[in-house]
Amino acid sequence: MNKKKWYDYLWIFSSVYLILGFFNILFAWLGLICFITPLAISLIKGDKAYCNRYCGRGQLFSLLGEKFGLSRKKDMPRWMVSPYFRYGFLIFFFTMFGVMLWNTYLVFAGAELKQVVTLLWTFKLPWHWAYHGTALSQGVAQFAFGFYSVMLTSTLLGIITMMLFKPRSWCVYCPMGTMTQMICKIKSS
Amino acid sequence: MKKAFVNQKLCVGCGCCLKVCKLGAISIPGGAYAIIDEDKCVGCGMCSTECPASIISIEEI
Repeated sequence: MNKKKWYDYLWIFSSVYLILGFFNILFAWLGLICFITPLAISLIKGDKAYCNRYCGRGQLFSLLGEKFGLSRKKDMPRWMVSPYFRYGFLIFFFTMFGVMLWNTYLVFAGAELKQVVTLLWTFKLPWHWAYHGTALSQGVAQFAFGFYSVMLTSTLLGIITMMLFKPRSWCVYCPMGTMTQMICKIKSS
Repeated sequence: MKKAFVNQKLCVGCGCCLKVCKLGAISIPGGAYAIIDEDKCVGCGMCSTECPASIISIEEI
């Protein structure tokens, strides 16, 4: 057996992150680490060390699917594995991300703060109980609500595909994974 | 003799296979896709089972 390294425990970080969002939404900002780190690694080192080693979310899905036996461990449908789906999902994901940034901008510009977490880009869950005010602009809080929505939605999708297919099915269509691979391919060509 | 083969067109380079390979026969150079070292691979099939995209096949060579 290989000895476990410190980075094999990053699933704890991912779990704590999701839990913190239920207590104070402003912690959602920490999720930016999961966006910036993989991009920085692929841009600077030109590899996918983040996916391969440090991704706490992937480890979490592994844990739930393997150790807890929550995964059916069936093959994913072929269309989900195709580059069309992966790149399509990437475009969709970042379009919705752009919409979220726009809504954040509107609040910075004076619009009313919406204390909701939107699941699957559709279902608006009241989340005011995790907001205790901010000394900064309300836009800061709006970004937190929006970003936490992104993180919770992608975790939910990941859990659904973890159960239906193999534990780390999310990795196949993870927008960050697709993007870092794109960067690596461009860099090495 | 059996060996693992990666469908490189479909590989995302997530590294799930790399983690389960007991022989260290898999690498993802430059973050593009997984590459199997044929000299080290014994065709055990661990990577093939693990691959979330199910794009690693074990073939007789």
